[in-house]
Amino acid sequence: MTHKYDLSCKEMLGNLSDFIDGDLSDDACQEIQRHMAGCENCRVVYDTLTRTIYLYQASAAEGELPEDVRGRLYQCLRLDDLLNTKK
Amino acid sequence: MTQANINESIDLALLRSGDRVQFARLVDAYSSPIYRLALKMLGNQQDAEDVLQTTFLKALKYVADFEGRSSLSTWLYRIAANEALMLMRRKRPSISLDEEPDDEDGEPRQPLQLADWGALPESELVSAESKKQLDLAIQALPEKLRVVFLLRDIEGLSIRDTSEALDLTETAVKTRLLRARLHLREQLSVYFGERMRRENLNDPQI
Repeated sequence: MTHKYDLSCKEMLGNLSDFIDGDLSDDACQEIQRHMAGCENCRVVYDTLTRTIYLYQASAAEGELPEDVRGRLYQCLRLDDLLNTKK
Repeated sequence: MTQANINESIDLALLRSGDRVQFARLVDAYSSPIYRLALKMLGNQQDAEDVLQTTFLKALKYVADFEGRSSLSTWLYRIAANEALMLMRRKRPSISLDEEPDDEDGEPRQPLQLADWGALPESELVSAESKKQLDLAIQALPEKLRVVFLLRDIEGLSIRDTSEALDLTETAVKTRLLRARLHLREQLSVYFGERMRRENLNDPQI
């Protein structure tokens, strides 16, 4: 990968998580944006990394506790008498 | 229920004194996320259920000592993550977690997969087959990276809470998180890149 700016692809990679999470200063963000405008590979890595995180976060809320698992949990905690008073 | 609602509905003083109704509220509030974490860490329902039960049995045993330095959820995640890691060690005693090649040290690997799949339509990305790939990719992560990714990106803990739950510095959490995300991106790029290639082959204009 080649680049035209001060920020190397390696440095860019090291800051990518913080950039995506909004934890970088404005100056550092601008440097990354300038780098990506001139570096197609880093642009693709950024786009697909953002998409990767988005896909996982979008699927995150799924998966309620199955009722039978919940029942056995209450049983092992000796809380079965309280099982149906919730929800 | 939001985090604030949950915390308001549980009376900490009563919980610590051993009140069963309060403990049942704690179980109802957090059993789903704890089970989800265990399932994604261990990849099998029986192990996940074992970790779920052990986590709340330990919580019941030690709740009187809960000092409130971290939130209840971070405290429970901490117990659950430890239980899950211990179960992994018991199941594969020959592999020490410290000997995993891809731990927190060193720089992230250079990205290898450069398929530009970011613009694939949403329907392609969230199909049942794609979701299976997401799960497989998580299972393929080194354990140290997997637990950080699950707490931060799936369960939505802050960097600070993740570091408290895992007894790591915030810098270590950030480094592992980046490595985990890049790992997953590589794996999904192989899969979605192949999907793009197949679709181009099926395109009647070619």
